[in-house]
Amino acid sequence: MALTEFFHELLAPDKVDEAWLIIQSQFPTAIWETLYVTVLSTLVAILIGLPLGVLLVTGEKKGILPLPAWLMQTLNVIINLLRSVPFLILMIMVFPLTRAIVGTVVGTEATVVPLVIAAFPFVARLTESSLREVNPNLIEMAQSMGASPLQIITKVMLPESVPSLLSNATIAITTVLGYSAMSGILGGGGLGKIAINYGYYRYKDLIMIAAVILLIVLVQLFQSVGTRLAVHSDKRLK
Amino acid sequence: MIKIENLSKTFHTADGSVEALKNVSLDIADGDIFGIIGMSGAGKSTLVRCINLLERPDEGTVTIDGVDLGELNKKQLRFLRREVTMIFQGFHLLMQRPCLKNVCFPLELAGYSRQDAQKRAKELLETVGLLDKANAYPSQLSGGQQQRVAIARALATNPKVLLCDEATSALDPTTTNSILELIQEINQKTGITVVVITHQMSVVEKICRHVAILDGGEVAEQGEVTEVFSHPRSEAAKRLVYPESDAPDVSGVSGRLIRIVFNGAEAANTPIIARMASERGIAASIVYASTKSIGGKAYGQMLLALPDKDNVVTAAIGFLTEIKGIIAEEVNGVD
Repeated sequence: MALTEFFHELLAPDKVDEAWLIIQSQFPTAIWETLYVTVLSTLVAILIGLPLGVLLVTGEKKGILPLPAWLMQTLNVIINLLRSVPFLILMIMVFPLTRAIVGTVVGTEATVVPLVIAAFPFVARLTESSLREVNPNLIEMAQSMGASPLQIITKVMLPESVPSLLSNATIAITTVLGYSAMSGILGGGGLGKIAINYGYYRYKDLIMIAAVILLIVLVQLFQSVGTRLAVHSDKRLK
Repeated sequence: MIKIENLSKTFHTADGSVEALKNVSLDIADGDIFGIIGMSGAGKSTLVRCINLLERPDEGTVTIDGVDLGELNKKQLRFLRREVTMIFQGFHLLMQRPCLKNVCFPLELAGYSRQDAQKRAKELLETVGLLDKANAYPSQLSGGQQQRVAIARALATNPKVLLCDEATSALDPTTTNSILELIQEINQKTGITVVVITHQMSVVEKICRHVAILDGGEVAEQGEVTEVFSHPRSEAAKRLVYPESDAPDVSGVSGRLIRIVFNGAEAANTPIIARMASERGIAASIVYASTKSIGGKAYGQMLLALPDKDNVVTAAIGFLTEIKGIIAEEVNGVD
């Protein structure tokens, strides 16, 4: 009967009341902070990662705009390096940069810097894989019609991979959401901070569970909207 | 006028090098429909890609209207590619754009305004009979319709030359026929030079005036289609003209031989051999036959053995050539 006891204790009336008060006072801001940080960081990461992903494909030896091999290798190494550092360690490592840009290393804005640095290499790789799905015959077709490399990128590669780019953007935003929650342990704001501060440090399990449920709901929301957009945008299926 | 001189191209792969083209020379006259035929691996696709420099030859030159393509810089080459456009076996339409926008594509590349591009694209969709599909996406169209859109797209910039790379190989015989008729019609109307790459003799028979047979990267034979088709000299030509087997073995046949070439004859429903027997009293035996009926018309050829009498042979040839779309002639064996 340990389980019943556990729930009995968890849902004791005084604890529920206390949790409800905290939820009412803290959660609206926390949800806003989480959404704000996630969306902003993902957007900036896409701004940097998308062109980088394009370069990874077009800059290849047999690509439409070959870049020097050393440059491609450097790019790949940097991306792999950034991707292999665990997010929390990366956050600590970029503290000086964060301080230089934002002026502080704690708080919602400050988390955007490490989130972008963690996410843009990921976005670059996702973009790379989306663009590699484009039928190479279409690129040959565009070349046969006199398209310049830039026209091939903007009129063939990117538009033809929109459905795949949208699914990958969904993966990116849900991953960033997870990282942003993680950042709560090192001064980041949002639902992650609440889960850690109340649940872990003050043993208020109900608050932690509520925060986690909200995070799950947000991920579900992003995922279903993203999937729907991706399917809707794909003209091959109709 | 397209002048291809001493073209050679070798591909180097991990498994060694492949000589795709060996010293190929061809002259293609303005307004001609020129077929380049060969088995797969004969170098046809490489050759056609040298005409718009999608592939750069190792040696030799391609000259179009006096301009040596090898001398063009990148920008000039992009201009050239508006004049020398291409359709493909797999159509290669942009799947995320509706048909009208697909036809607009080369116009956008050339810097046309949106209105001008759409106006021209509509005209072209009308030419290929698909104006009602302007807003449909390629995935909603059949293969034949997709190829029509691709043809409209290829014509958008008013090119001088249309390259067709196995353009009908993915289509069924009826659709193939209608696409070939469309290409022929456009050739007649606009005087565009058409280069047709194919492995199907029937395609060459149907629309080409001249043909070059490519074998192992070399031109085995070239000339007028009727000439090459009725007197195949090279081994490669014979393999294509008699697709089912090697050239028929006529060593044991007694009497005289005539070859009947069906070139779209209304003969699919006409029992010509039976009629020849009943109306002219000529008893012929079939030595070899490879014909097929496409859209009610016969394509292919037949070898008939006749009694060894001059008047019989002349009468048979006379009877057969009266039928539209049939060429008949006496042959001495198949060489």
